[in-house]
Amino acid sequence: MDSIEKNLLAEIADIHEVPEGAYNIRSNGKLEGRNTTANIDIVTKEDKPGIDIIIKPGTVHESVHIPVVLSESGLKDMVYNDFYIGEGADVTIVAGCGIHNCGDQTSEHDGIHTFYIEKDAKVRYIEKHYGEGDGKGERILNPTTVVHIAEGGYMEMETVQIKGVSSTIRNTKADLKDGASLVIREKIMTHGTQTAETNFTVDLDGVDSSTNVVSRSVAKEQSKQVFNSHINGNNQCYGHTECDAIIMDEGKVEAVPSLSANNIDASLIHEAAIGKIAGDQLIKLMTLGLTEKEAEEQIVNGFLK
Amino acid sequence: MLELRDVCFQVNEDAKDKEILKNINLKLDDRFVAITGPNGGGKSTLARVIAGIVKPTSGKILLDGVDITDYSITERAKAGISFAFQQPVRFKGLTVKDLITLASGKDISVTEACAYLSEVGLCAKDYIDREVNASLSGGELKRIEIAMIIARGTKLSIFDEPEAGIDLWSFQNLIQVFENMHEKINGSILIISHQERILNIADRIVLIADGEVRKVGTREEVLPELLGTSQACSTLMDKIAK
Repeated sequence: MDSIEKNLLAEIADIHEVPEGAYNIRSNGKLEGRNTTANIDIVTKEDKPGIDIIIKPGTVHESVHIPVVLSESGLKDMVYNDFYIGEGADVTIVAGCGIHNCGDQTSEHDGIHTFYIEKDAKVRYIEKHYGEGDGKGERILNPTTVVHIAEGGYMEMETVQIKGVSSTIRNTKADLKDGASLVIREKIMTHGTQTAETNFTVDLDGVDSSTNVVSRSVAKEQSKQVFNSHINGNNQCYGHTECDAIIMDEGKVEAVPSLSANNIDASLIHEAAIGKIAGDQLIKLMTLGLTEKEAEEQIVNGFLK
Repeated sequence: MLELRDVCFQVNEDAKDKEILKNINLKLDDRFVAITGPNGGGKSTLARVIAGIVKPTSGKILLDGVDITDYSITERAKAGISFAFQQPVRFKGLTVKDLITLASGKDISVTEACAYLSEVGLCAKDYIDREVNASLSGGELKRIEIAMIIARGTKLSIFDEPEAGIDLWSFQNLIQVFENMHEKINGSILIISHQERILNIADRIVLIADGEVRKVGTREEVLPELLGTSQACSTLMDKIAK
């Protein structure tokens, strides 16, 4: 692995050396390294590109890293990764994709991740997307995440895209059984002429299932973002979705949170707020000695932290 | 020393010029100066003019003999002026530690940041990592605002009605904060207030009404007259009742 690829790995997965625990590193469409543990198995799919990650019931305090890096210009990579999280397991999964494109051709990675979370299992899923390189070629990432959570299961999904991705369409679909819970925290910053579209659909099928889908985003320069979030309350359940966006320069954001209550005991809330940085926030930080630009940076960094 | 020379501020309202500040002349070199007067008299505007948030229509502002009239907010902050807002600003994502660190102008340890919070009567460990957002009460935000001013430690600290929006119980504690600050601070404090107990610890009181300086003097000179007038009393009662 060269220094460009190592840098991408550090950006997306905070990996500097070989990660601890189970991992599968994919570089330019090929397997770069893999490690399994007594409780976590990783198996290459035979019918299509991708892997199965199988976590034994009751596995706790273990993590899986499955980063993908692309540094060849013009490469179009597509993978299907399936995660089987056994009953009562409690694990952290770190995915993410970094693209370095210094050529003129489009580089693209589309990952379809499907989670089967068994009864009372807990998953913390972290997904970071990052692009760099000074070529004219586009850097495209289209992640799809499908989540099935069984009774009492829990998933916390943190998805972050801060820099360098030319265009992205991010689809997330989830269905939850009795007492299952899903928390999604999305953070996106776009700049230049980038576009980002996010689509969340959560079906609250079980009694006392709940979800909280929160997006914070910043659209700078001429970039555009669309946020769609839809919660279906099909049982006695609780759902909340919120989009909070800062627009700067000529950035544009469209937020469409929506709810369907299909059961009398469904309790659903949506919120959306879009606006530029409040003038009094800038003034406050300037009275502390920051310039207007420094104040802006602090506010944006804090907002996306 | 802060000096204001013929400071005027006009706004255009309904196609008519309205004078908010009329030829303000003040020399303030005391350690603790209180500005008081009826609502709508121009006090907050004066504070904002000094901090550079609004530009005076005419006149000059000098800090230690240096003309700072054309200084931006940032330049004034760097020249040694701090300003505590009447209504503290909320920030999604920035924590109490972040703001106190920015205020101090350098990387400070958690222990140092906590020390500033303790000075304003906040139990530091409960607050240091909290976001300065809508989850904090008005009184908590006020204290954090004041802690930021203490962390800056500049030669001039301006407070715009620190008592506004604070319940009476919290106010008792806040007075102590100012009494302590009066003893400890190296620079000078300029505080806009209607509260008798704050006026009572001031070395000098400035009365502003209708955009003009009506009276300047020691508390012995100004306070008896001020408290004797029904207007001052009703203003005080209004504020306390808020």
